[in-house]
Amino acid sequence: MMETTDPVTLTRQRILVVDDDPAILETYKGLLEQLPSKPEIHTTVSGQRALAMLEGGGYKVLVCDLKMPKMDGLQVLSIVRRKYPMVRTLAVTGVVDEQFRSRVYSIGVDLYWHKPTNEQEMKQFLECCESLLSPDDGGFRGVQSKSLMDIIQLECMSQSSSVLRINNGTATGKIWIQDGEVVDAETEGLLGEKAFLKIFSWETGSFETQHAEPGRQRTIFKPYNSLLLESAQALDEIRGGESSKEQEPSDASRLAQINGVEFVLAIETKSGKTAFARGLENPEGVAAWTRRYIQKFEELGERLHTGHLGQIDGLGPQRQLTATRRNGTQFCIGWKNSMDREEAREVVKKVISLWAC
Amino acid sequence: MGLLNSFCRKSPKLLKLYSGSFTVDRGKRVLVRTLPSKFPKDIVETIGSLVVDAFKEANEAQVPLRQLEISYPSFKITARELQGGAIVFLSQNNFSPAHTTPKSV
Repeated sequence: MMETTDPVTLTRQRILVVDDDPAILETYKGLLEQLPSKPEIHTTVSGQRALAMLEGGGYKVLVCDLKMPKMDGLQVLSIVRRKYPMVRTLAVTGVVDEQFRSRVYSIGVDLYWHKPTNEQEMKQFLECCESLLSPDDGGFRGVQSKSLMDIIQLECMSQSSSVLRINNGTATGKIWIQDGEVVDAETEGLLGEKAFLKIFSWETGSFETQHAEPGRQRTIFKPYNSLLLESAQALDEIRGGESSKEQEPSDASRLAQINGVEFVLAIETKSGKTAFARGLENPEGVAAWTRRYIQKFEELGERLHTGHLGQIDGLGPQRQLTATRRNGTQFCIGWKNSMDREEAREVVKKVISLWAC
Repeated sequence: MGLLNSFCRKSPKLLKLYSGSFTVDRGKRVLVRTLPSKFPKDIVETIGSLVVDAFKEANEAQVPLRQLEISYPSFKITARELQGGAIVFLSQNNFSPAHTTPKSV
Protein backbone atom coordinates (compact mmCIF):
# COMPACT_ATOMS: atom_id res chain seq x y z
CA MET A 1 0.00 0.00 0.00
CA MET A 2 1.18 3.46 -0.78
CA GLU A 3 0.67 6.12 1.78
CA THR A 4 2.72 9.19 2.39
CA THR A 5 2.59 11.94 4.92
CA ASP A 6 4.63 15.09 4.79
CA PRO A 7 5.86 16.67 8.01
CA VAL A 8 2.93 18.47 9.52
CA THR A 9 2.90 22.20 9.14
CA LEU A 10 -0.13 23.76 10.73
CA THR A 11 -0.39 26.71 8.38
CA ARG A 12 -0.47 24.57 5.24
CA GLN A 13 -3.78 23.29 3.85
CA ARG A 14 -4.00 19.54 3.41
CA ILE A 15 -5.19 17.67 0.34
CA LEU A 16 -5.90 13.96 0.37
CA VAL A 17 -5.66 12.18 -2.99
CA VAL A 18 -7.16 8.70 -3.49
CA ASP A 19 -6.38 6.63 -6.58
CA ASP A 20 -5.69 2.92 -6.95
CA ASP A 21 -2.79 3.61 -9.31
CA PRO A 22 0.39 4.50 -7.35
CA ALA A 23 2.01 6.05 -10.42
CA ILE A 24 -0.90 8.48 -10.85
CA LEU A 25 -0.72 9.32 -7.15
CA GLU A 26 2.92 10.27 -7.56
CA THR A 27 2.01 12.54 -10.49
CA TYR A 28 -0.78 14.22 -8.51
CA LYS A 29 1.52 14.73 -5.57
CA GLY A 30 4.18 16.35 -7.67
CA LEU A 31 1.71 18.66 -9.40
CA LEU A 32 -0.39 19.66 -6.42
CA GLU A 33 2.67 20.51 -4.35
CA GLN A 34 3.39 23.20 -6.93
CA LEU A 35 0.12 25.06 -6.21
CA PRO A 36 0.59 28.68 -5.10
CA SER A 37 -0.75 27.94 -1.59
CA LYS A 38 1.84 25.13 -1.22
CA PRO A 39 -0.56 22.59 0.27
CA GLU A 40 0.48 19.46 2.07
CA ILE A 41 -0.37 16.42 -0.09
CA HIS A 42 -1.31 13.07 1.39
CA THR A 43 -2.07 10.07 -0.81
CA THR A 44 -3.55 6.63 -0.50
CA VAL A 45 -4.57 3.82 -2.85
CA SER A 46 -7.66 2.70 -0.93
CA GLY A 47 -11.01 4.29 -0.18
CA GLN A 48 -11.20 2.66 3.24
CA ARG A 49 -7.83 4.02 4.22
CA ALA A 50 -8.86 7.45 2.95
CA LEU A 51 -11.85 7.42 5.30
CA ALA A 52 -9.62 6.45 8.19
CA MET A 53 -7.24 9.29 7.34
CA LEU A 54 -10.09 11.79 7.11
CA GLU A 55 -11.21 10.75 10.57
CA GLY A 56 -8.00 12.25 11.88
CA GLY A 57 -9.26 15.61 10.58
CA GLY A 58 -7.46 18.57 9.08
CA TYR A 59 -8.12 17.92 5.39
CA LYS A 60 -9.48 20.72 3.28
CA VAL A 61 -9.83 18.91 -0.05
CA LEU A 62 -10.35 15.32 -1.12
CA VAL A 63 -9.44 14.36 -4.68
CA CYS A 64 -10.92 10.96 -5.41
CA ASP A 65 -10.75 8.65 -8.40
CA LEU A 66 -14.14 7.13 -9.21
CA LYS A 67 -13.08 3.71 -10.45
CA MET A 68 -11.36 1.81 -7.71
CA PRO A 69 -11.52 -1.81 -6.52
CA LYS A 70 -13.33 -2.81 -3.29
CA MET A 71 -14.77 0.57 -2.34
CA ASP A 72 -15.37 2.74 -5.38
CA GLY A 73 -15.05 6.50 -5.50
CA LEU A 74 -18.81 7.14 -5.39
CA GLN A 75 -19.07 5.22 -2.13
CA VAL A 76 -16.13 7.08 -0.64
CA LEU A 77 -17.47 10.45 -1.78
CA SER A 78 -20.99 9.87 -0.50
CA ILE A 79 -19.65 8.90 2.93
CA VAL A 80 -17.35 11.90 2.97
CA ARG A 81 -20.19 14.28 1.98
CA ARG A 82 -22.26 12.94 4.85
CA LYS A 83 -19.61 12.63 7.54
CA TYR A 84 -17.33 15.51 6.65
CA PRO A 85 -19.44 18.19 4.95
CA MET A 86 -16.66 20.77 5.38
CA VAL A 87 -14.23 18.79 3.21
CA ARG A 88 -14.34 20.03 -0.39
CA THR A 89 -14.59 17.13 -2.77
CA LEU A 90 -13.33 16.67 -6.28
CA ALA A 91 -14.13 13.53 -8.28
CA VAL A 92 -11.84 12.56 -11.13
CA THR A 93 -12.40 9.88 -13.69
CA GLY A 94 -11.00 8.58 -16.94
CA VAL A 95 -14.47 7.49 -18.09
CA VAL A 96 -16.57 9.99 -20.03
CA ASP A 97 -20.07 9.21 -18.84
CA GLU A 98 -22.91 11.69 -18.29
CA GLN A 99 -24.63 9.35 -15.85
CA PHE A 100 -21.52 9.29 -13.71
CA ARG A 101 -21.43 13.06 -13.78
CA SER A 102 -25.08 13.32 -12.66
CA ARG A 103 -24.60 10.78 -9.91
CA VAL A 104 -21.51 12.56 -8.64
CA TYR A 105 -23.29 15.93 -8.50
CA SER A 106 -26.40 14.37 -6.98
CA ILE A 107 -24.42 13.28 -3.94
CA GLY A 108 -23.15 16.83 -3.53
CA VAL A 109 -19.59 16.59 -4.77
CA ASP A 110 -18.09 20.04 -5.45
CA LEU A 111 -16.43 19.26 -8.74
CA TYR A 112 -16.35 16.53 -11.35
CA TRP A 113 -13.33 16.27 -13.61
CA HIS A 114 -12.21 14.04 -16.43
CA LYS A 115 -8.58 13.14 -15.86
CA PRO A 116 -6.59 15.91 -17.51
CA THR A 117 -5.11 14.76 -20.82
CA ASN A 118 -3.26 17.84 -21.98
CA GLU A 119 -1.41 20.80 -20.58
CA GLN A 120 -4.38 23.17 -20.83
CA GLU A 121 -6.67 20.79 -18.95
CA MET A 122 -4.00 20.18 -16.36
CA LYS A 123 -3.67 23.92 -15.82
CA GLN A 124 -7.43 24.25 -15.35
CA PHE A 125 -7.48 21.29 -13.00
CA LEU A 126 -4.81 22.85 -10.82
CA GLU A 127 -6.67 26.18 -10.81
CA CYS A 128 -9.74 24.32 -9.58
CA CYS A 129 -7.81 22.66 -6.79
CA GLU A 130 -6.37 26.00 -5.76
CA SER A 131 -9.83 27.62 -5.76
CA LEU A 132 -11.12 24.86 -3.48
CA LEU A 133 -8.33 25.60 -1.05
CA SER A 134 -9.12 29.29 -0.72
CA PRO A 135 -10.68 30.02 2.68
CA ASP A 136 -13.39 32.41 1.49
CA ASP A 137 -14.45 30.16 -1.32
CA GLY A 138 -18.20 29.95 -1.56
CA GLY A 139 -18.14 27.51 -4.43
CA PHE A 140 -16.21 27.00 -7.61
CA ARG A 141 -15.55 30.02 -9.71
CA GLY A 142 -13.81 30.28 -13.04
CA VAL A 143 -13.32 28.47 -16.28
CA GLN A 144 -13.87 24.75 -16.11
CA SER A 145 -14.96 21.67 -18.00
CA LYS A 146 -18.49 21.56 -16.69
CA SER A 147 -21.65 21.97 -18.68
CA LEU A 148 -23.74 25.10 -18.37
CA MET A 149 -26.52 22.98 -16.90
CA ASP A 150 -24.18 21.87 -14.11
CA ILE A 151 -23.17 25.43 -13.35
CA ILE A 152 -26.73 26.74 -13.22
CA GLN A 153 -27.91 23.79 -11.16
CA LEU A 154 -25.11 24.32 -8.68
CA GLU A 155 -25.87 28.03 -8.36
CA CYS A 156 -29.61 27.45 -8.00
CA MET A 157 -29.36 24.51 -5.62
CA SER A 158 -27.16 26.55 -3.32
CA GLN A 159 -29.79 29.32 -3.41
CA SER A 160 -27.15 31.73 -4.72
CA SER A 161 -27.61 35.18 -6.12
CA SER A 162 -25.17 35.99 -8.89
CA VAL A 163 -24.73 36.97 -12.49
CA LEU A 164 -23.24 34.33 -14.73
CA ARG A 165 -21.32 35.77 -17.64
CA ILE A 166 -20.74 33.26 -20.40
CA ASN A 167 -18.36 33.74 -23.32
CA ASN A 168 -18.70 31.66 -26.44
CA GLY A 169 -16.16 32.81 -29.02
CA THR A 170 -17.10 36.39 -29.81
CA ALA A 171 -20.58 36.05 -28.29
CA THR A 172 -21.29 36.95 -24.70
CA GLY A 173 -24.36 36.20 -22.62
CA LYS A 174 -25.49 36.88 -19.10
CA ILE A 175 -27.78 34.92 -16.83
CA TRP A 176 -29.12 36.57 -13.70
CA ILE A 177 -29.70 34.28 -10.74
CA GLN A 178 -31.53 35.57 -7.68
CA ASP A 179 -32.03 33.46 -4.52
CA GLY A 180 -31.60 30.22 -6.42
CA GLU A 181 -33.85 31.10 -9.37
CA VAL A 182 -32.99 32.18 -12.89
CA VAL A 183 -34.68 35.59 -13.23
CA ASP A 184 -33.35 36.94 -16.54
CA ALA A 185 -30.95 36.29 -19.41
CA GLU A 186 -29.55 38.42 -22.17
CA THR A 187 -27.50 37.79 -25.30
CA GLU A 188 -27.20 39.05 -28.85
CA GLY A 189 -30.22 41.32 -28.60
CA LEU A 190 -32.37 38.60 -27.03
CA LEU A 191 -33.88 38.75 -23.55
CA GLY A 192 -35.54 36.39 -21.09
CA GLU A 193 -36.24 32.79 -22.00
CA LYS A 194 -35.21 33.22 -25.64
CA ALA A 195 -31.82 34.49 -24.55
CA PHE A 196 -31.54 31.68 -22.00
CA LEU A 197 -32.20 29.07 -24.67
CA LYS A 198 -29.65 30.68 -26.98
CA ILE A 199 -26.97 30.69 -24.28
CA PHE A 200 -27.93 27.19 -23.24
CA SER A 201 -27.26 25.97 -26.78
CA TRP A 202 -23.57 26.89 -26.50
CA GLU A 203 -21.66 23.71 -25.94
CA THR A 204 -18.35 25.25 -25.04
CA GLY A 205 -17.20 28.49 -23.52
CA SER A 206 -15.95 30.07 -20.40
CA PHE A 207 -17.90 31.07 -17.33
CA GLU A 208 -17.40 33.88 -14.92
CA THR A 209 -19.50 34.56 -11.86
CA GLN A 210 -20.13 38.20 -11.11
CA HIS A 211 -21.78 39.95 -8.19
CA ALA A 212 -25.55 39.68 -7.90
CA GLU A 213 -27.76 42.46 -9.24
CA PRO A 214 -30.81 42.29 -6.97
CA GLY A 215 -32.52 45.14 -8.81
CA ARG A 216 -32.61 43.26 -12.12
CA GLN A 217 -36.14 43.10 -13.49
CA ARG A 218 -37.46 39.55 -13.58
CA THR A 219 -38.47 38.26 -17.01
CA ILE A 220 -38.23 34.51 -16.34
CA PHE A 221 -40.75 33.12 -13.88
CA LYS A 222 -40.34 29.38 -14.30
CA PRO A 223 -38.62 27.36 -11.57
CA TYR A 224 -35.03 26.74 -12.58
CA ASN A 225 -35.40 22.99 -12.99
CA SER A 226 -38.42 23.39 -15.29
CA LEU A 227 -36.49 25.98 -17.24
CA LEU A 228 -33.47 23.70 -17.59
CA LEU A 229 -35.62 20.75 -18.52
CA GLU A 230 -37.57 22.68 -21.13
CA SER A 231 -34.43 24.20 -22.57
CA ALA A 232 -32.75 20.79 -22.78
CA GLN A 233 -35.81 19.37 -24.50
CA ALA A 234 -36.05 22.32 -26.87
CA LEU A 235 -32.39 21.86 -27.75
CA ASP A 236 -32.86 18.15 -28.33
CA GLU A 237 -35.73 18.94 -30.65
CA ILE A 238 -33.70 21.53 -32.55
CA ARG A 239 -30.71 19.20 -32.86
CA GLY A 240 -32.77 16.20 -33.80
CA GLY A 241 -34.96 18.31 -36.09
CA GLU A 242 -33.54 17.07 -39.38
CA SER A 243 -33.85 13.40 -38.54
CA SER A 244 -37.21 13.44 -36.80
CA LYS A 245 -39.10 16.59 -37.61
CA GLU A 246 -42.48 14.93 -37.29
CA GLN A 247 -41.71 13.42 -33.92
CA GLU A 248 -44.09 14.77 -31.25
CA PRO A 249 -43.03 14.92 -27.61
CA SER A 250 -44.44 11.98 -25.70
CA ASP A 251 -47.41 12.50 -23.40
CA ALA A 252 -45.14 11.71 -20.48
CA SER A 253 -42.58 14.36 -21.33
CA ARG A 254 -45.38 16.92 -21.78
CA LEU A 255 -46.28 16.44 -18.12
CA ALA A 256 -43.06 17.99 -16.95
CA GLN A 257 -43.45 20.92 -19.34
CA ILE A 258 -46.48 22.35 -17.58
CA ASN A 259 -45.66 25.74 -16.12
CA GLY A 260 -44.91 25.71 -12.45
CA VAL A 261 -44.52 21.96 -12.07
CA GLU A 262 -41.40 21.05 -10.11
CA PHE A 263 -41.81 17.33 -10.23
CA VAL A 264 -44.22 14.68 -11.42
CA LEU A 265 -44.44 11.10 -10.30
CA ALA A 266 -46.95 8.55 -11.59
CA ILE A 267 -47.26 5.10 -10.05
CA GLU A 268 -49.33 2.17 -11.29
CA THR A 269 -51.60 1.40 -8.36
CA LYS A 270 -51.84 -2.34 -9.02
CA SER A 271 -48.19 -3.15 -9.52
CA GLY A 272 -46.79 -0.30 -7.43
CA LYS A 273 -44.34 0.37 -10.25
CA THR A 274 -43.21 3.91 -11.00
CA ALA A 275 -44.57 4.65 -14.47
CA PHE A 276 -43.11 8.13 -14.79
CA ALA A 277 -40.80 10.29 -12.69
CA ARG A 278 -39.39 13.69 -13.56
CA GLY A 279 -37.72 16.39 -11.49
CA LEU A 280 -37.01 14.32 -8.38
CA GLU A 281 -33.67 13.52 -6.82
CA ASN A 282 -35.08 10.52 -5.00
CA PRO A 283 -38.04 9.22 -7.05
CA GLU A 284 -38.12 5.83 -5.34
CA GLY A 285 -38.33 7.37 -1.88
CA VAL A 286 -41.11 9.73 -2.92
CA ALA A 287 -42.93 6.88 -4.71
CA ALA A 288 -42.78 4.76 -1.56
CA TRP A 289 -44.12 7.67 0.52
CA THR A 290 -46.95 8.30 -1.97
CA ARG A 291 -47.99 4.64 -2.16
CA ARG A 292 -47.88 4.19 1.58
CA TYR A 293 -49.81 7.29 2.61
CA ILE A 294 -52.44 7.14 -0.11
CA GLN A 295 -53.16 3.61 1.09
CA LYS A 296 -53.04 4.48 4.81
CA PHE A 297 -55.33 7.50 4.50
CA GLU A 298 -57.71 5.56 2.25
CA GLU A 299 -57.95 2.93 4.97
CA LEU A 300 -58.57 5.65 7.52
CA GLY A 301 -61.34 7.10 5.32
CA GLU A 302 -63.01 3.68 5.12
CA ARG A 303 -62.82 3.31 8.87
CA LEU A 304 -64.34 6.74 9.45
CA HIS A 305 -66.89 6.38 6.59
CA THR A 306 -65.87 9.75 5.22
CA GLY A 307 -65.93 8.71 1.58
CA HIS A 308 -62.95 8.09 -0.68
CA LEU A 309 -59.75 9.96 -0.06
CA GLY A 310 -59.68 13.06 -2.26
CA GLN A 311 -56.07 14.08 -2.02
CA ILE A 312 -53.16 14.67 0.31
CA ASP A 313 -51.67 18.15 0.09
CA GLY A 314 -48.29 18.78 1.61
CA LEU A 315 -46.66 22.13 2.24
CA GLY A 316 -42.90 22.18 2.64
CA PRO A 317 -40.32 24.92 3.15
CA GLN A 318 -39.53 25.07 -0.55
CA ARG A 319 -42.33 23.35 -2.36
CA GLN A 320 -45.78 21.91 -2.11
CA LEU A 321 -47.06 18.59 -3.28
CA THR A 322 -50.30 16.82 -3.96
CA ALA A 323 -50.67 13.06 -3.79
CA THR A 324 -53.82 11.63 -5.28
CA ARG A 325 -55.21 8.67 -7.17
CA ARG A 326 -57.12 8.54 -10.46
CA ASN A 327 -58.09 5.58 -12.63
CA GLY A 328 -55.52 3.09 -11.47
CA THR A 329 -52.66 5.58 -11.20
CA GLN A 330 -51.31 7.31 -8.14
CA PHE A 331 -49.76 10.73 -8.64
CA CYS A 332 -47.45 12.89 -6.64
CA ILE A 333 -47.08 16.35 -8.17
CA GLY A 334 -44.85 19.07 -6.75
CA TRP A 335 -44.74 22.78 -7.37
CA LYS A 336 -43.07 25.90 -6.00
CA ASN A 337 -44.50 27.58 -2.93
CA SER A 338 -44.92 30.79 -4.91
CA MET A 339 -47.86 29.26 -6.80
CA ASP A 340 -51.24 29.89 -5.21
CA ARG A 341 -53.69 27.15 -4.26
CA GLU A 342 -56.09 27.67 -7.14
CA GLU A 343 -53.32 27.64 -9.73
CA ALA A 344 -51.93 24.50 -8.12
CA ARG A 345 -55.31 22.75 -8.30
CA GLU A 346 -55.47 23.57 -12.00
CA VAL A 347 -51.95 22.24 -12.51
CA VAL A 348 -52.83 18.98 -10.79
CA LYS A 349 -55.93 18.60 -12.97
CA LYS A 350 -53.90 19.36 -16.07
CA VAL A 351 -51.23 16.77 -15.23
CA ILE A 352 -53.84 14.12 -14.54
CA SER A 353 -55.80 14.84 -17.70
CA LEU A 354 -52.61 14.84 -19.78
CA TRP A 355 -51.69 11.51 -18.29
CA ALA A 356 -55.14 10.15 -19.13
CA CYS A 357 -54.56 11.09 -22.79
CA MET B 1 -95.40 -7.00 6.26
CA GLY B 2 -92.32 -9.03 5.45
CA LEU B 3 -91.53 -6.38 2.87
CA LEU B 4 -91.62 -3.64 5.50
CA ASN B 5 -89.35 -5.60 7.78
CA SER B 6 -86.56 -5.24 5.31
CA PHE B 7 -86.76 -1.44 5.75
CA CYS B 8 -86.53 -1.83 9.49
CA ARG B 9 -83.13 -3.55 9.38
CA LYS B 10 -80.60 -1.94 11.62
CA SER B 11 -78.24 0.26 9.61
CA PRO B 12 -74.55 -0.01 10.43
CA LYS B 13 -73.66 2.46 13.13
CA LEU B 14 -71.87 5.47 11.71
CA LEU B 15 -69.17 7.08 13.72
CA LYS B 16 -70.09 10.66 14.41
CA LEU B 17 -67.32 12.96 13.27
CA TYR B 18 -66.44 16.07 15.20
CA SER B 19 -64.38 19.14 14.60
CA GLY B 20 -61.58 19.78 17.03
CA SER B 21 -57.86 19.46 17.48
CA PHE B 22 -55.20 17.56 19.33
CA THR B 23 -51.43 17.57 19.70
CA VAL B 24 -49.19 14.57 19.43
CA ASP B 25 -45.53 14.33 20.37
CA ARG B 26 -42.73 12.68 18.37
CA GLY B 27 -43.36 9.45 20.30
CA LYS B 28 -46.94 9.54 18.91
CA ARG B 29 -48.47 10.16 22.34
CA VAL B 30 -51.59 12.34 22.30
CA LEU B 31 -50.92 15.22 24.67
CA VAL B 32 -53.85 17.64 24.54
CA ARG B 33 -57.21 17.30 22.78
CA THR B 34 -60.22 19.53 22.29
CA LEU B 35 -62.31 16.76 20.76
CA PRO B 36 -65.35 15.47 22.66
CA SER B 37 -64.58 12.47 24.84
CA LYS B 38 -67.12 10.49 22.78
CA PHE B 39 -64.72 10.55 19.85
CA PRO B 40 -62.77 7.28 20.09
CA LYS B 41 -59.32 7.57 21.56
CA ASP B 42 -57.91 4.89 19.27
CA ILE B 43 -58.91 6.87 16.17
CA VAL B 44 -57.25 9.98 17.51
CA GLU B 45 -54.12 7.93 18.17
CA THR B 46 -54.23 6.37 14.70
CA ILE B 47 -54.48 9.79 13.02
CA GLY B 48 -51.73 11.19 15.24
CA SER B 49 -49.44 8.28 14.50
CA LEU B 50 -50.11 8.49 10.75
CA VAL B 51 -49.30 12.16 10.46
CA VAL B 52 -46.14 11.92 12.57
CA ASP B 53 -44.93 9.04 10.39
CA ALA B 54 -45.93 10.89 7.21
CA PHE B 55 -43.85 13.94 8.19
CA LYS B 56 -40.89 11.79 9.20
CA GLU B 57 -40.91 9.68 6.06
CA ALA B 58 -41.42 12.68 3.77
CA ASN B 59 -38.28 14.12 5.28
CA GLU B 60 -36.42 10.88 4.67
CA ALA B 61 -37.64 10.89 1.05
CA GLN B 62 -36.10 14.39 0.65
CA VAL B 63 -39.44 16.18 0.34
CA PRO B 64 -39.64 17.77 3.79
CA LEU B 65 -43.16 18.92 4.71
CA ARG B 66 -44.38 21.30 7.40
CA GLN B 67 -48.09 20.87 6.85
CA LEU B 68 -50.35 18.11 5.58
CA GLU B 69 -53.95 18.41 4.52
CA ILE B 70 -55.85 15.19 3.93
CA SER B 71 -59.17 15.79 2.19
CA TYR B 72 -62.16 13.48 2.11
CA PRO B 73 -65.55 14.43 0.69
CA SER B 74 -66.99 15.04 4.16
CA PHE B 75 -63.97 15.44 6.39
CA LYS B 76 -60.60 17.13 6.46
CA ILE B 77 -57.48 16.52 8.51
CA THR B 78 -54.93 19.32 8.73
CA ALA B 79 -51.65 18.58 10.49
CA ARG B 80 -48.80 20.95 11.22
CA GLU B 81 -45.40 19.63 12.14
CA LEU B 82 -44.14 20.68 15.59
CA GLN B 83 -40.56 19.67 16.37
CA GLY B 84 -41.09 16.04 15.44
CA GLY B 85 -44.66 15.94 16.76
CA ALA B 86 -47.74 17.59 15.29
CA ILE B 87 -50.85 19.60 15.96
CA VAL B 88 -53.81 18.09 14.15
CA PHE B 89 -57.10 19.79 13.27
CA LEU B 90 -60.13 17.75 12.31
CA SER B 91 -62.96 19.49 10.53
CA GLN B 92 -66.16 18.44 8.86
CA ASN B 93 -66.73 19.66 5.34
CA ASN B 94 -70.01 21.41 4.79
CA PHE B 95 -71.35 20.75 1.37
CA SER B 96 -71.49 23.98 -0.52
CA PRO B 97 -74.60 24.81 -2.55
CA ALA B 98 -72.58 24.14 -5.68
CA HIS B 99 -72.49 20.46 -4.76
CA THR B 100 -76.22 20.07 -4.21
CA THR B 101 -78.56 18.94 -6.91
CA PRO B 102 -79.97 21.94 -8.69
CA LYS B 103 -83.66 22.43 -8.17
CA SER B 104 -85.79 21.90 -11.21
CA VAL B 105 -87.60 25.01 -12.31
